[in-house]
Amino acid sequence: MTDEHGTETSENSTHTITSRDSHTLPMTGLVQQFDSEATDAGCEVRRAAVEDFAEEIADLLEPPAVGAPLPFDGVSLPERATTDPTPAELESAETGITPARFAVADYGSVAIESTPAGDEQVSLWPGHHVAVLAESDLVADMPAGIERVGEIARAGGDVVLATGPSATADMGELVLGAHGPRSVSVVLLEDR
Amino acid sequence: MSGTLDREEKAARIRHLLSTEGDSVERNTQGFNRGRYDAVADLSDYEELKSQARAVKEDAIARLPELIETVRESVQSRGGHVYLAEDAADANRYVREVVESENADSVVKSKSMTSEEIEVNDALREAGAEVWETDLGEFVLQVADEAPSHIVAPAIHKSEADIAELFNAHFDPDEPLETADDLTRFAREYLAERIAGADVGMTGANFVAADTGTLALVTSEGNARKTVAATDTHVAVAGVEKLLPRFEDVAPFVELIGRSGTGQDITSYVTFLTPPGDAPTMDFEDDSLSEGADNREFHLVLLDNGRMEMREDDQLRETLYCIRCSACANSCANFQHVGGHAFGGETYSGGIATGWEAGVHGLDSAAEFNDFCTGCTRCVNQCPVEIDIPWINTVVRDRLNRGESNKFDFLVDGLTPDEETESGGLDLQKRLFGNFPTLARLGSATAPVSNWVARAPGTRALAERALGVDSRRDLPEFQRESLREWFAARGGTTVRDADREAVLYPDPYTDYVAVERGKAAVRTLEALGVSVRIPDLPASGRAPLSQGMISTAESRAEAVADALAPHLDADRDVVVIEPSDLAMFRADYRKLLPEEAASRIADRSYELFEYLYGLLENGADADTLRASDGERVAYHSHCQQRTLGLEEYTTEVLGELGYDVVSSDAECCGMAGSFGYKREYYELSMDVGTDLRDQFADEERVVASGTSCCEQLAALRDETVGHPIRRIAPAE
Ligand code: SF4
Repeated sequence: MTDEHGTETSENSTHTITSRDSHTLPMTGLVQQFDSEATDAGCEVRRAAVEDFAEEIADLLEPPAVGAPLPFDGVSLPERATTDPTPAELESAETGITPARFAVADYGSVAIESTPAGDEQVSLWPGHHVAVLAESDLVADMPAGIERVGEIARAGGDVVLATGPSATADMGELVLGAHGPRSVSVVLLEDR
Repeated sequence: MSGTLDREEKAARIRHLLSTEGDSVERNTQGFNRGRYDAVADLSDYEELKSQARAVKEDAIARLPELIETVRESVQSRGGHVYLAEDAADANRYVREVVESENADSVVKSKSMTSEEIEVNDALREAGAEVWETDLGEFVLQVADEAPSHIVAPAIHKSEADIAELFNAHFDPDEPLETADDLTRFAREYLAERIAGADVGMTGANFVAADTGTLALVTSEGNARKTVAATDTHVAVAGVEKLLPRFEDVAPFVELIGRSGTGQDITSYVTFLTPPGDAPTMDFEDDSLSEGADNREFHLVLLDNGRMEMREDDQLRETLYCIRCSACANSCANFQHVGGHAFGGETYSGGIATGWEAGVHGLDSAAEFNDFCTGCTRCVNQCPVEIDIPWINTVVRDRLNRGESNKFDFLVDGLTPDEETESGGLDLQKRLFGNFPTLARLGSATAPVSNWVARAPGTRALAERALGVDSRRDLPEFQRESLREWFAARGGTTVRDADREAVLYPDPYTDYVAVERGKAAVRTLEALGVSVRIPDLPASGRAPLSQGMISTAESRAEAVADALAPHLDADRDVVVIEPSDLAMFRADYRKLLPEEAASRIADRSYELFEYLYGLLENGADADTLRASDGERVAYHSHCQQRTLGLEEYTTEVLGELGYDVVSSDAECCGMAGSFGYKREYYELSMDVGTDLRDQFADEERVVASGTSCCEQLAALRDETVGHPIRRIAPAE
């Protein structure tokens, strides 16, 4: 993987968010906090302006891919991502792209809300989950996150707060990718 | 649990578990335990969150009948069903009917201790349905046909190699499975097929919000999500105690549960389901997803099974606040070594299991393992809902003592006068250890004869057979001149007209056995200008309390309160050397005495080094004490001393005086009062002690505050280990 700003790994304490955008908006405290927590939790975090989103997602997408519609202005799923996937498509997909309804900065958790388009399944079955998040949907802490979940629950919706990849230590050692995704990327839309 | 045969059987079973499962359980639980300390240290408002969580639970349990009605309405308003099951059979009948009405021949499950409690799998199989555990740990146990050994990580007793052997033998794969990666991938694929073929998905729930009818599931693998998403019918089984009044009440628990359990800030998935939700259902046969979630069916089975009675029980009620995080198991030295197959009942394991088992399965199930809780209190500060777990163990032990209608030996009864008339059925061993103060008085009065008798081989064999005192343990050696006799002979205190007067509490061990530490304490206090008194004070009640003799402990507490009253009236401080007695004065008396009497004692009593620290901070002259030029001292604090937050006073004072102090971080020395003397627990006690022994292997000078810690360290190191006061006390 290459990009013009260079990629840093999570082990590196001077980690910075990778971005393709040449005129990146300054990172707010919340963005920084989310980045560092989500990275600690094992996610790869990227930041992109809407105009650069297509290129960013193309870079992340490993086919076959499935997706749930992205409700952000000026942003859409790549052609290669199958929407309304069947169970067989879900089971064979490498990449699943979904929106994140919001995210909790101090835990690095993204909130995936179930929709009739199958966000829950798309975020869960493929080996690699790509969550797309508008930066304005970052909330600071868990009480604020739970407030947001409460609004959704009161309307009868389901939400999962997902933090890093699925994991198990039940077989003796820590293994990533138990029943859910083995890896998770979060793309932050800096101007949404 | 009282006969010689029972003791031998129990010892053999423990020995077996130590050698087969001990290593794996220890590695995992100690990892969780370290993780917990780190993870909660990151929370700036940890204590506040615990109090919040506690308050929510108190309120929820108080309002439980109302919350059951609320959740019934909220779930039904969205088309779901709520069933309040009286007991396991009732819950199983309901679940079986749902499965039958769906014509389901396959059920997939995510991990749920409540479903273990009712043993729903057996019921479903009887109804002709296949059942698959999808949590990988539970799946391992299903294949092995074993019971969970831990409430959060059920297969913690199995190593990677154990599981590989099991899977290779059971599934005979083309390529033998070796690594955790291989095993996980194999299980994932195997279970993916089961999930695709299932008609009904069963889950538990960590929390249920009554107002919204939302279930919160705290998981890491993603199997619970798949169990729900892939099936059209969702049956959730949850104890009634899982109800929370408002959805937002879940917030502190989300922050605490992962940290307290496996030491993760948060688990990978915290799922909030408000059925039916919006997720489409999946038809794997037709390979299609539905348009909406309209065909999702939901059943919430709320299980009573003794819980409503626990709610009425002033002592067991606290158990219902438990969120089953496992911190009390992971922080328990005994649990770390022996695991839930010994330290557990029919369903639950670890310290709080005593409360759960007594409540849902009955006292008999709790009786099996209740003794493993030594009352060391290391779990108390770790519990996210502030449950006094040792107290629940003490209460259940007390109930067991009263209920036991076996032997009554007048001879031993005569030796161990116990005012508690209703204790006729009490196990002889418990009587012995519950009456150490009397024994010490007699032993000192007749020393050295008593020591010779105690050492005689015939006596030890008899003591082991009749009383269950392990013959490999050295018995305390009684001193002919007690501390109080010495004090009186020297004419009382040497300090007159002091600003401060202190009563040095003569616990029976200091008074009759470790007399030197008492003398050292007197000299040190006097050197710092304190006028000391050592009145004849009754035993604190610690010994009977640790054996579950609550009413005896209560009368001791009352006697202590009466005897201390004139001293407190005269504005004297109470200084205590033995940490377990101090814990009585500072903590346990709150349960045994009226509030005012308890506070009065608690406010005026100090651990010896805590008191010295205060004196030095207030200008007392440290030069009068024995300082050092950097002598290295390894210090093991006492469990209860740590729980009260009093470890640092000793290390601070020693450091102040120039000692180079290193302290242990083993949760417990393993002796824990009388526990390590008991025939059936001797080996476990020594096994627990190895952690401490290894930590101090390279240390030359070891000191410890607690009596039993000193005894244990002495046995582990084959040398005498004393109280730190003896390092710093001025010479005679
Ligand atoms: S008693 Fe407390 S520490 Fe133990 S499992 Fe329950 S909540 Fe956790």
